[in-house]
Amino acid sequence: MRIALVATCLGDAMFPQAPRATVLLLERLGHEVVFPADQTCCGQMHVNTGYLDLALPLVRHHVDVFSGAADVVVAPSGSCVGCVRHQHAMVARRGGDEKLAQAAEDLAGRTYELSELLVDVLGVTDVGAYYPHRVTYHPTCHSLRMLRVGDKPLRLLREVRGLTLTELPDAEVCCGFGGTFAVKNAETSTAMLADKMANVLSTHAEVCTAGDTSCLMHIGGGLSRLRSGVRTVHLAEILASTTEGAPA
Amino acid sequence: MSAREEVLARLRAARDVGGSTVPDVPRDYHRTGVHAPGSAAAVERLTETLTDYRATVHRVGDLDGVPAAIAAVLAGSSSVVAPPGLPGEWLGEVTATVRRDDPPLSVADLDRLDAVVTGAAVAIADTGTFVLDALAPDQGRRAISLVPDHHVCVIRAADVVSSVPEALARLAPDGPLTFVSGPSATSDIELDRVEGVHGPRRLDVVLIVPPRA
Amino acid sequence: MTTDLGMPTVASDPHGHLRGTEPFPVAAHRALADTQLRQNLGHATRTIRAKRAAVVGEVDDWEELRRAGECVKADVMARLPELLEQLEASVTARGGVVHWARDAEEANRIVVGLVRETGSDEVVKVKSMATQETGLNEALGAAGIAALETDLAELIVQLSDDKPSHFLVPAIHRNRSEIRDIFLREMPDVDPDLTDEPRRLAMAARAHLRRKFLSARVGISGVNFAVADTGTISVVESEGNGRMCLTLPDTLITVMGVEKVVPTWSDLEVFLQLLPRSSTGERMNPYTSSWSGVTPGDGPQTFHLVLLDNGRSNVLASPDGRQALHCIRCSACLNVCPVYERTGGHAYGSIYPGPIGAVLSPQLTGIDGPDDVNASLPYASSLCGACFDACPVRIDIPHLLVQQRAAAVEAHGRPTAQDLAMRAAAAAMASPGRFSLTERVVKLGRLLSRSGRIRSVPGPGAAAWFGARDMPEPPAETFREWWGRRERS
Ligand code: SF4
Repeated sequence: MRIALVATCLGDAMFPQAPRATVLLLERLGHEVVFPADQTCCGQMHVNTGYLDLALPLVRHHVDVFSGAADVVVAPSGSCVGCVRHQHAMVARRGGDEKLAQAAEDLAGRTYELSELLVDVLGVTDVGAYYPHRVTYHPTCHSLRMLRVGDKPLRLLREVRGLTLTELPDAEVCCGFGGTFAVKNAETSTAMLADKMANVLSTHAEVCTAGDTSCLMHIGGGLSRLRSGVRTVHLAEILASTTEGAPA
Repeated sequence: MSAREEVLARLRAARDVGGSTVPDVPRDYHRTGVHAPGSAAAVERLTETLTDYRATVHRVGDLDGVPAAIAAVLAGSSSVVAPPGLPGEWLGEVTATVRRDDPPLSVADLDRLDAVVTGAAVAIADTGTFVLDALAPDQGRRAISLVPDHHVCVIRAADVVSSVPEALARLAPDGPLTFVSGPSATSDIELDRVEGVHGPRRLDVVLIVPPRA
Repeated sequence: MTTDLGMPTVASDPHGHLRGTEPFPVAAHRALADTQLRQNLGHATRTIRAKRAAVVGEVDDWEELRRAGECVKADVMARLPELLEQLEASVTARGGVVHWARDAEEANRIVVGLVRETGSDEVVKVKSMATQETGLNEALGAAGIAALETDLAELIVQLSDDKPSHFLVPAIHRNRSEIRDIFLREMPDVDPDLTDEPRRLAMAARAHLRRKFLSARVGISGVNFAVADTGTISVVESEGNGRMCLTLPDTLITVMGVEKVVPTWSDLEVFLQLLPRSSTGERMNPYTSSWSGVTPGDGPQTFHLVLLDNGRSNVLASPDGRQALHCIRCSACLNVCPVYERTGGHAYGSIYPGPIGAVLSPQLTGIDGPDDVNASLPYASSLCGACFDACPVRIDIPHLLVQQRAAAVEAHGRPTAQDLAMRAAAAAMASPGRFSLTERVVKLGRLLSRSGRIRSVPGPGAAAWFGARDMPEPPAETFREWWGRRERS
């Protein structure tokens, strides 16, 4: 299958290992990945901070870039897919652009978060990965409640050879990131983060994984400050790892 | 412009801007319960849910068993009030002084009485609830089942339904209705349920369940 | 908040208590520092979340009920003026008197006048959000009328001269031993050996209020549901204080927000299932009372119903925003909200706290410029979405939060620092060329890194992030550079 990749702005600039792993994983499974080079950002930060007018050109750009790119679009980020699926058409309609809204809806119907793509579209749970570590999984809010990915990431992780999955207490509670919330309400955000980190540490996992680089940046930033030694690793990186090692 | 006219005018204008399309309400929730009204299973579930919320359930096999059951739960009481239409024979065996609320007793009088005995309009097995209809002669006006500290309620199996929708369908909302689920309680201290505040602190239910109901 | 104990402070805003005095992050700062408060809230919300989950799990048609509840409320909004007229006619036909109030101040004036007519200088009250919203107790106090709150939690709040912090349990921020201390201090005839056992505390409240109930001449209540076609008013409660207030006085004055009307009696079959399980986590609350107008020989022989607008018509004008009026005040969204759990209700300023408060308060008051404290409320959320899942009438609170953020931005007038930053970011992201340029700037961040992590960065927004979190060092090669390299090879 020909699959267009949304690298996400954060993935492209700060966490390239996640989109890279997505590419390597999908290619290993026999699919063709294209990366439309004109892509920038889905506009999530602007939408969620209330700048819907500023988000409109970003939405238009995203729809222009991806509409013809491939039959199926994937992003290794629950929140970016959440924005595409649940907010793009709303932003377009609010801006009075019904044509764009319909194009956005069409694109949203073909855009998947990585675990959705693997399990629902490609029909695999065993992707042939090998990752000999003790791992706990944080189901990010947007994957869980906007996309309803359910246990798909866990089903994928359970098939990974060598991996020991440990259950995260209060897993479904937000880590406190919330985009600009982490800055505008930094104290409340860090209070939430503290509880999330305590739960992660209680699992004695070496690695905390999730389907969203932004939440991992938050949790990882906190764990790094604590010098806890626990690493945050995107789900795609684990799934892309094989006996030959982690993806480049 | 009067406040009435102004509020209505504002609401009309706002409603027209915000939209006046009336949606269809999907009624695909259960309107009949899992157990048939009056069935043994419904009565069984009611017993469980009542007990769960700290009401005490006493089963009798027919109407003839009611007087003894009521007398037994009122053994420690010295006075009891009954609504005007409560069958007299139900109180035939009680040793306590029986006051009929006819003519109506004062609040001060009610406050001096130990207990009240009423019937019920309907009971809901799913939730452990019975409903008192103030216009029904065997249930009486609201104050009598509120002020005394001990409530004895007699429920017939035929009046037990499974679900809330079935109960509401049997009730006429013209007169005052009181839905009672357990003795008075509060969740106001650390969000945990504690029984016994302003309403009756003791609740006994006499369930009339004919064999093979 | 109290009138009969302290100095009466009358709400000066005609809207009543819909606005606090400081922005959310400032108020939250204080709450977060109060470890006792966080413990109390954490314990209470954990308890109620577990209870709710258990009783909701018993109902196999829960999602169907939620959808029905959502649609009944949407229907109400579409027909609100007509339903209110119908309600007025049915209540009047059954001997009640209906009053209309444009705002909080007018509602208070009406109620004060009605109490004065009875000649009573004391009223017993059953907890109502509407009269908390209008600040009725202060208004009554200013008129020399003592208002006695009879709900246990409300009584705790009133006795300690505190403010409510939750819909259902206004004293959720107090634990049992704090409650014991308040009772010992403020209840004149309390048993000095009172312990902090919840049952003993409940008994103390019973003893304290009993005489007042039996002698009260005027009762004041709110409304959970008002049925348009029968004029039936329904009040859902636990303790029996509601029954006392609704039954024993000669005069009953009921204040309701206009959105509380429902079309028919059978609509309650939906809400009487959704509300108790969502709010106290019970299959059914101990008592629900319903009545219609006046019943000869039973209960109050004079009944007044006050219909309150107070900004609700503003909310109704927003096609999406009006969902906030669907709220049945169960408080499930508060109990599941990770922000509310840590800051408590007072941080929201308005008497409507939590996720629903964050979208309702700014709509009721409107947002008055960038410094309006209510403009900070829609940002008091990480948009985690737990509120939507818990809401028994499926209010899309996350969407409304975004919408109210947009409203807050629109109210800015002159561009703020945040506006400028957002514009710059949008400009950078709108074209691929500028976006790569930005990436090259980001890469300069590598200069700040020590052993792979960045511990701080200059700039105002940065301090908020780096207070408790590091940033990894930006990568040597961006994804698009890697992709380009691969394509070429
Ligand atoms: S918004 Fe929904 S969950 Fe929150 S209090 Fe209202 S009805 Fe309950």
